[in-house]
Amino acid sequence: MLRYFLTRLAGAVPTLFIIVTLAFFLIRAAPGGPFDQEQTLPPEIMANLQSAYGLDQPIWTQYRRYLGALLHGDFGPSFKYKDFSVTELIGQGFPVTLELGSVAMALALILGIPIGTFAALHHNRAADYATMSLAVVGIAIPSFVVLPFLGLLFGIYLHWLPVAGWEPGSLKHLALPVLALALPPLSVIARLVRASMLDVLRSHFIRTAFAKGLPLHTVIVRHALRPALLPVASYLPPAVASIMTGSLVVESIAGLPGIGRYMVQGALNRDYTLVMGMVIIYSTLLIAMGLLVDLLYAWLDPRVRLER
Amino acid sequence: MSPVLSIVDLTVSFAQPNGSICAVREVSLGVAARECVGIVGESGSGKTQAFMAAMGLLAANAAVQGSVRFEGEELLGLDRERLNHMRGAKLAMIFQDPMSSLTPHLKIGTQLAEVLVCHAGQSWHEARLAARRMLERVRVPEAERRLNQYPHELSGGLRQRVMIGMSLLCDPKLVIADEPTTALDVTVQAQIMDLLSAMRREFGMALVLISHDLGVVANLCDRILVMYAGRIVESAATLELLQHPRHPYTAELLKCIPSLSGPPLERLPTLAGQPPQPGATIAGCAFAPRCPRAAARCWTERPLLEDSDPADGQVGRVACHFPLPQ
Amino acid sequence: MSTLIEDATRRLRTNPAAMCALLVLLCIVALTLIGPWFNPNSSETLDWSHVAARPAWAGAHWFGTDRLGRDLFARTLEGARVSLAVGLVASAVSLLVGIGYGAVAGYIGGRTDHAMMRGIEILSGLPLVFFIIFLTVIFGRSMYLLFWSIGAVGWLTMARIVRGQTLSIREREFIEAAVASGAGTARIIVKHVIPNVIGPVVVYATLTVPQIIMFESFLSFLGLGIQEPHASLGALIAEGAGEMEAAPWMLLVPGGLLAMLLLALNIFGDGLRDALDVKER
Repeated sequence: MLRYFLTRLAGAVPTLFIIVTLAFFLIRAAPGGPFDQEQTLPPEIMANLQSAYGLDQPIWTQYRRYLGALLHGDFGPSFKYKDFSVTELIGQGFPVTLELGSVAMALALILGIPIGTFAALHHNRAADYATMSLAVVGIAIPSFVVLPFLGLLFGIYLHWLPVAGWEPGSLKHLALPVLALALPPLSVIARLVRASMLDVLRSHFIRTAFAKGLPLHTVIVRHALRPALLPVASYLPPAVASIMTGSLVVESIAGLPGIGRYMVQGALNRDYTLVMGMVIIYSTLLIAMGLLVDLLYAWLDPRVRLER
Repeated sequence: MSPVLSIVDLTVSFAQPNGSICAVREVSLGVAARECVGIVGESGSGKTQAFMAAMGLLAANAAVQGSVRFEGEELLGLDRERLNHMRGAKLAMIFQDPMSSLTPHLKIGTQLAEVLVCHAGQSWHEARLAARRMLERVRVPEAERRLNQYPHELSGGLRQRVMIGMSLLCDPKLVIADEPTTALDVTVQAQIMDLLSAMRREFGMALVLISHDLGVVANLCDRILVMYAGRIVESAATLELLQHPRHPYTAELLKCIPSLSGPPLERLPTLAGQPPQPGATIAGCAFAPRCPRAAARCWTERPLLEDSDPADGQVGRVACHFPLPQ
Repeated sequence: MSTLIEDATRRLRTNPAAMCALLVLLCIVALTLIGPWFNPNSSETLDWSHVAARPAWAGAHWFGTDRLGRDLFARTLEGARVSLAVGLVASAVSLLVGIGYGAVAGYIGGRTDHAMMRGIEILSGLPLVFFIIFLTVIFGRSMYLLFWSIGAVGWLTMARIVRGQTLSIREREFIEAAVASGAGTARIIVKHVIPNVIGPVVVYATLTVPQIIMFESFLSFLGLGIQEPHASLGALIAEGAGEMEAAPWMLLVPGGLLAMLLLALNIFGDGLRDALDVKER
């Protein structure tokens, strides 16, 4: 089991390495970018660059410095916020995004799994069609349409929730962004669970469980749920990716000071180092997610655990 | 003595996009307390579905008519809660494929104990102890170790022992075993049949043994019912059926069993033809196309199940216009 | 092969949801193409007398106007045209790249295949969206970059599927026959392999088109895609979101149209997949 995990970890490292290297060379290739020798930049920025990157040194030395800095979590100075390093900005924004993203993910799972199960148990009846139609809507419509619409309905017409803004620890301000963010993965999870549960319910071991006279909720929760959740486990990395991309939009619309909003601002302002740092952070997160899912698989299916 | 299980005119059909398929046609049978009844038939004869109906395990698109009474109580249409109260406890079923019939991600101990926790109100601790005792009773060596293992870590024979033990935990009045040895090696088959025999002696429950193999059924059962195309075509006490089969189908089945004592054969005997498609509506006798004794009447008039007046004086029935002479 | 198509068409025709969705799609396309003829306003004229006006018959501003007095009906339709065009072109790009890559990898096999698949694995592990944003920062927002990067969203899965199909077809007899008759590798791939992988390709294409349209709108919403003076549904929605309180129609019209478009594409895609897939769900 440990060996399996380490093998997977070893496989993930080259991917990360490629990303990091690609970022390094891309930034230097940017026309009109920070390393374009024809550029004239404000002297403070130039000074920062010199000290941070050692631009007078050969490129391989720069590369080594870059890798070394990365390992210490140093992404260099921001290009637009002169007094801040990228690391500081990420440090400020990350907790907000983490809160937003994890609540959204949790909501997607907490609602999606029961809804999918419910649909499977009412297969081909009204409840099934209704929930699956809603799921299609959730999947098809992007969060940057959903959130403003929700804001229009709940914020402006009904005055129940604030449309934008952020106060630490405020649930009201998180409600709509979390909902908009959670809706697509929630819908996908509901559909996956429904299909998977329908399959599992046809299994012979479920027939045995019913034959033993176990009540329906016991059969579902103890016997059917774990195998039915395997496709959901596979879906977790794309779900996290979806929430990450969604957060760019949601944070921008709702004015939440998370790294998503920084990324968008950075892209609009051409703050190269900021965007590069974000890309590396997001990639690392996604890869870590993939590894976690492998562990989850082993728990869900003991055969994987014992045979590895 | 009222029968433990009493089935009257049971008909099971399944709705399909293009019409419905009738799997069980007007089947009536009874199982007395402590009796062992064998049900024999080819795949598609309806033998499994009839008992799935009794256990309430039919697919969602099934339509059921008739009556199935367990200890006098009607099972068909029974509310879920009452049905769950009975199945697994007073009336249990063992299935053919022990690998896929046990939940892969739960330990054996859990799957056994939950029956007692659910039906006997025991604590998990007590139930687990009882489970271990049961494993010992079904001759599973190293019972304690096995309790902590997962189904895929046990061999087919061991898994089937677990299934048998699982069905006996609440001391049921009736156990239905659907092809319990079909998926197992021949040597293991014998062991499982011995186990069933021993359990019958120890627990005293009624046993319904469903199989396509007359040999399996012959050893253990007091009485045998033969099914074909959803109907019972013959029933008799075991010895009587084996020595004096009345229905041509039964006779052909018996001929298919190669004998160790007879002359060496060049080809194994088989039954010509195929059983009818499960959905087909048949005028006359369903076996007519394959029957060596068929005459014009057999094609137009369906034979009814009638008393066969067996030589041993016990109850025997046969559905044939021209049954074999005694 | 043709009976498969006949069967599928029949199943599709009896699917009410999919047929509705198809109708909506055709209406939207028709609207974007002939709509402008019915409306005298162009998407660029600034009508100062009707700034941020509610939808009304006055001045033929059926969907109202935006902050600069531009007719929303015209702008939304142009936005839809742009989104559809980008969607189709980029989908075509990703299809071509995906099919080509997959067919080559599957057909040549061996180490080349292994290397190519490893490449795909690595690319799948990346959050492509972020990389594309990174690229727009570096290389600026050219249409050219936009097409290729948006196309990059869909080709990975396509390549995998095509490669799988190709591998399974490779061993079949007619390939041997073609090789025996001296056909070159490229010719075999184009004339024999590709026609036989069309089935699953169509299925995934139905997933890719809405994905790509969504991605393009996403980029323009953030301000990283198609910008002023061209309209794109994403940019229009962003504008509308800003004016939500005062002029909700600026959000509702383009937002509603994009939502309908994506919904219809998804439902029709679902229907198409159900029709082509034998298993009943």
